[in-house]
Amino acid sequence: MISAHLAYAYPELILAVGALALLVVGAFMPKQTGLVGWASVLVLLAAAVASATQPFGVAFSGGLISDAAATFSKVAIYVASAVAIPLGQPWFERRGVKNFEYPVLILLAALGMGMMASSGDLISLYVGVELHSLALYVMAAMHRDNAKASEAGLKYFVLGALSSGLLLYGASLIYGFAGSTLFSEIAAAAGNEANTGLLFGLVFVICGLAFKVSAAPFHMWTPDVYEGAPTPVVAFFAAAPKLAAMVLFARVLGDAFAGAAGQWQQVLVAIALISVAVGAFAGLVQKNLKRLWAYSSIANVGYALLGLASGTSDGVQAMLVFMVLYMIDVTGFFACLAALSRQGRSMETVEDMAGLIKEQPGIALAMTVFSLSALGLPPFSGFFGKVFVFKAALDAGLWGPAVIGLVGSVVAAFYYLRLIKVMWFDGSTGATDKPPFEAKAIAIVTALFAFPVVILALGWLDPLAERAAHAFGLA
Amino acid sequence: MALQAIAFYLMAAVTVAAGFCVVSARNPVHSVLWLILAFFSAAGLFVLLGAEFLAMLLVVVYVGAVAVLFLFVVMMLDVDFASLRQGFARYMPLGLLIAAFLTAEMVLVATTVSSQGAAKDSLTPMASGEGSTLSNAEAIGRVLYTDYIYFFQAAGLVLLVAMIGAIVLTLRHKPGVKRQVIMDQVLRTPKTGMKLVNPKSGEGIEG
Repeated sequence: MISAHLAYAYPELILAVGALALLVVGAFMPKQTGLVGWASVLVLLAAAVASATQPFGVAFSGGLISDAAATFSKVAIYVASAVAIPLGQPWFERRGVKNFEYPVLILLAALGMGMMASSGDLISLYVGVELHSLALYVMAAMHRDNAKASEAGLKYFVLGALSSGLLLYGASLIYGFAGSTLFSEIAAAAGNEANTGLLFGLVFVICGLAFKVSAAPFHMWTPDVYEGAPTPVVAFFAAAPKLAAMVLFARVLGDAFAGAAGQWQQVLVAIALISVAVGAFAGLVQKNLKRLWAYSSIANVGYALLGLASGTSDGVQAMLVFMVLYMIDVTGFFACLAALSRQGRSMETVEDMAGLIKEQPGIALAMTVFSLSALGLPPFSGFFGKVFVFKAALDAGLWGPAVIGLVGSVVAAFYYLRLIKVMWFDGSTGATDKPPFEAKAIAIVTALFAFPVVILALGWLDPLAERAAHAFGLA
Repeated sequence: MALQAIAFYLMAAVTVAAGFCVVSARNPVHSVLWLILAFFSAAGLFVLLGAEFLAMLLVVVYVGAVAVLFLFVVMMLDVDFASLRQGFARYMPLGLLIAAFLTAEMVLVATTVSSQGAAKDSLTPMASGEGSTLSNAEAIGRVLYTDYIYFFQAAGLVLLVAMIGAIVLTLRHKPGVKRQVIMDQVLRTPKTGMKLVNPKSGEGIEG
């Protein structure tokens, strides 16, 4: 009976019904963009509460899995999406783009990400990926009078379509060899050693997902899209979609191919190390801060993949904690960028930040915290994430990769420290505008999380991640 | 059986040849026409597999709608294909290398499929299962709104996002465009709609 399955899908139902209703409200009252925005925030928070309290089980003939991992990641995804609405909508309105579709698209993207995080079938994997990425392409190009934003949207769309093609090709191979699209049946067919056909399919699926998390060597869209897309939109799609795709990685590898861990481990280690290296070295020559943080996100995804590559439950736990801490960092950093402007012109290069500590001490301090955290300096949140990841990698015997990851982290420290030096010690080049309230508030709150709050928060974040990690089929 | 084999090889060869012509044709309109041929022969292959419903769907949706849409777009857009082909010779070696790798992989996969794939026991798998009396459409109808309702609804949402995206990115409300507002027309009364004047002779009506 369908009604029995619906109990497991309350978050999805709330989001879908909410998005449809708000779309109608927006279409009939196009002036009420603020109402639609705040209502969307409420819908997302309601979905987060629903996913925190939902029963565990499998619904819709295996398409939807509700377990501790789904709960953990869905709550994080929905909350991160909710933050993107008050951050983005006023930003767009200040630039003359007044539309109600932005929050509705965020709702639909969050729905797709939730589907990814709880998918137990190749079809829901693909539909979830497509649902969230289509919404992201549109949001990247939403500032349509801006040529760079349109370019970003088009580039993201074309490369995203290519990655979807790879993903589908891999999925069809897996289906052909396993005889089923269900992860549980694929696991049964794969057994302890996947055959050539299944491995072919798996490699293609890994490539498609690596595109979505922007792991090297599938990262080439990231810097261009981050640079061109509107800053608050970047704050959104540098955070929640990455977590959703990483959880999906864990689902495919842990639920469907747990037995073949020895075979996919080397692929993941290779992708992780290339990402760390590309992120660290290519970031050194960047002048635009959005491009710089694009490379930083490539490197950070590399660390998260290293955690996953250890192929243990501890590794998945480390990856989940790392991704949540990184999401908060990256949202905060881009909120800072969205808040800053000089005579109406956005400040996006490293030189623009000169002397910021005298102009905007609050935001400069927040950006310093995020940079130190992304660098991995104790006691900021990024340090804990990296410690967990490296510990999991070392426990799994990945000594070489862990050392290379540490070296990459040291190289990347240069560009974070350069930004801090420019902000604190260089002379100012002109007065900055008064930062908008909502962006500054989000920046300060996330910065407070990245330093003192994280120490308390880890006390409950870590056990939750541990429970979530045990939901996967890894040892 | 022999007849089936002949039909299979004929249609498979036509599909591959048409696919090759799609990318090699100089005139983009011809490319689309070759694509239609490829769709038709693929539909024939589906019929051979016993998937007549999918075959009809392919013809109706892809040939009837998508390919015709392609034709319109190709004819309406002023695409300079000469400039698109400029880097063709330069990127040819790299392209051929990648194509060679991909072909090798496909051959490898195809050989593995026949020995290890889920369908290894039957050379001509039937779409609705061995010995089933259900027709295709019935078999799909039985699961589409029951087992696969979740995917079906989610696919609907994907299409909704595509629609919202197209509207957000292209719709522009031009100022100064006069639109018909039926409500305003219906609410018009003689009082608001006309004005009685009493012109004096030789003076005309006020401008």
